[in-house]
Amino acid sequence: MIEVKNLSKRYAGRHAIRDISFSVNRGEIVGLLGPNGAGKSTTMRILSCFMPATSGTARVSGFDVFHQSEEVRRRIGYMPENNPLYPEMRVREYLKFRARLKGLGWRRSRQRVDTVMEQCSLTGVSRRIIGQLSKGYRQRVGLADALSHEPELIILDEPTIGLDPHQIRAVRELIKNLAGKHTVLISTHILPEAEMMCNRMLIMYDGKVLAADSPENLQRLMAGSSQIVAEIAAPAAELREILSQMQGIESIDVSASDGEFHRCAITPRNGYDLRPAIFAIARERGWVLRELTRNRHSLEDIYVQITKPDEEE
Amino acid sequence: MRIFLTLLRRELGAFFLSPTGYVIIAAVTLILGLTYDVLITNLLGDKPQEMPITELFYASYIFWLIVLLIAPVITMRLFAHEKYSGTFETLMTTPVNDLQVVASKFAASIIFYMITWLPMLACLYVVRHFTNQHESLDAGMIGGTYLGIFLVGCLFLAIGCFASSLTRSQMAAAMVSFVLGIALFLLSFLGGAITSPENWTSEVLSYFNLFDQMHNFSRGVVDTKAMIFYVSLTFFFLFLTLRAVESRRWK
Repeated sequence: MIEVKNLSKRYAGRHAIRDISFSVNRGEIVGLLGPNGAGKSTTMRILSCFMPATSGTARVSGFDVFHQSEEVRRRIGYMPENNPLYPEMRVREYLKFRARLKGLGWRRSRQRVDTVMEQCSLTGVSRRIIGQLSKGYRQRVGLADALSHEPELIILDEPTIGLDPHQIRAVRELIKNLAGKHTVLISTHILPEAEMMCNRMLIMYDGKVLAADSPENLQRLMAGSSQIVAEIAAPAAELREILSQMQGIESIDVSASDGEFHRCAITPRNGYDLRPAIFAIARERGWVLRELTRNRHSLEDIYVQITKPDEEE
Repeated sequence: MRIFLTLLRRELGAFFLSPTGYVIIAAVTLILGLTYDVLITNLLGDKPQEMPITELFYASYIFWLIVLLIAPVITMRLFAHEKYSGTFETLMTTPVNDLQVVASKFAASIIFYMITWLPMLACLYVVRHFTNQHESLDAGMIGGTYLGIFLVGCLFLAIGCFASSLTRSQMAAAMVSFVLGIALFLLSFLGGAITSPENWTSEVLSYFNLFDQMHNFSRGVVDTKAMIFYVSLTFFFLFLTLRAVESRRWK
């Protein structure tokens, strides 16, 4: 569906994206994940034919985004960051105008607008003025617009930004339901969100794609450096000795906590899950165990983790 | 064509869905009303007027004040606001082409501009109704005047479109089109100032004498030289606008 080869974009001397390549298959939901300024929006703008790349090629269902841009634009539904709309128009009027722009006929645009308004639960506000709607509704108007001409590829730039948790849930459900029928490319900087919605994630950082894999595989990759924290009531020396004899342990750090409790920070090797083993030891010895957790990695840690080899070179 | 009409409807709608359009119409009507007052005073004077009535209306500087002021205000929004609010991105990622966008925006602005001149018809009607010389205000004169207003409007609105397509700031767009408009208008007087030796400079400058050209139109004299001048300059600025819109693909 999407093939990107060696794509680069420079703005006045600064690289927004450098030499990225990836491909997306039909029917996939792919998340572009990365901090602000990683090049997510730039990539999406190039794919949606809003601006050209400095070098490299990008194809959407076989059409080049630069040379056959009209064909590409017919096939995509794009919602930019911040979801710009015409605030003076009414919801239905706006959606109909957009559907007509995308080349839908009079009848067809009416049908489609009714369908997408239903799909995005906008039917109740169809006569309201967009500028007076809440952010959640406006976001749904943007989504409805992206869906209105049944595009093969839907590109959504930060679709859940600035919404309250309830609205985020609704938008996620909506996007999940698109799977199969449409190919979806979403950008986000929230890891759990990408995990929940996407079949595949592309992690971008500083204009490069650092990792592209399914959320499960990435999780495994990240778990490699996850830490296990256990608080156990036992003498420090004994703790250190017994725990460091466990299999798959990389390093251990024992520090005193309150009372007779000690806090052990354990780094396992290769993402090995040591928690059952620690519990077994505590039970065997009759030690009191009051906390046993594995630190889940925040997105920030993952960037750090993934960018590390680069920096050492 | 269908897409052009859809765009045109939305562009025209934008004038009337926000207060801007009504404010512009009210302002023009006010200035026209003042001119009308001057006209009536002149007609009631002791000496008979030799000038045609429409000429009294439009050979005055007030006409130029209106055109020079409202053209930037009408056009400044067209591209600059869309770029500023980001809707330019949603617009340009639909299968519309640049020509349709430029043409529809220009067409909407010229239609709106002509609407702002409609109240003048009422003034002319009243004058015609209350004078006994009906031939003093015939269809040719009114037609010529409106043709002149239309052509001058095309040119200044095209300049405004171009200015708006250059920037994200509406203020900057208005200033650029205002300055370009004033500069073009002042060329009318440059021609008059250096006519002494009749050579090619004065010949060229005579084409730029907007003031005299409008004078002719308001007498019902339609000069093809002037028409070609306005039409070609309008197309020139619309061409520049199109290039400016396309230019995002060159970067």
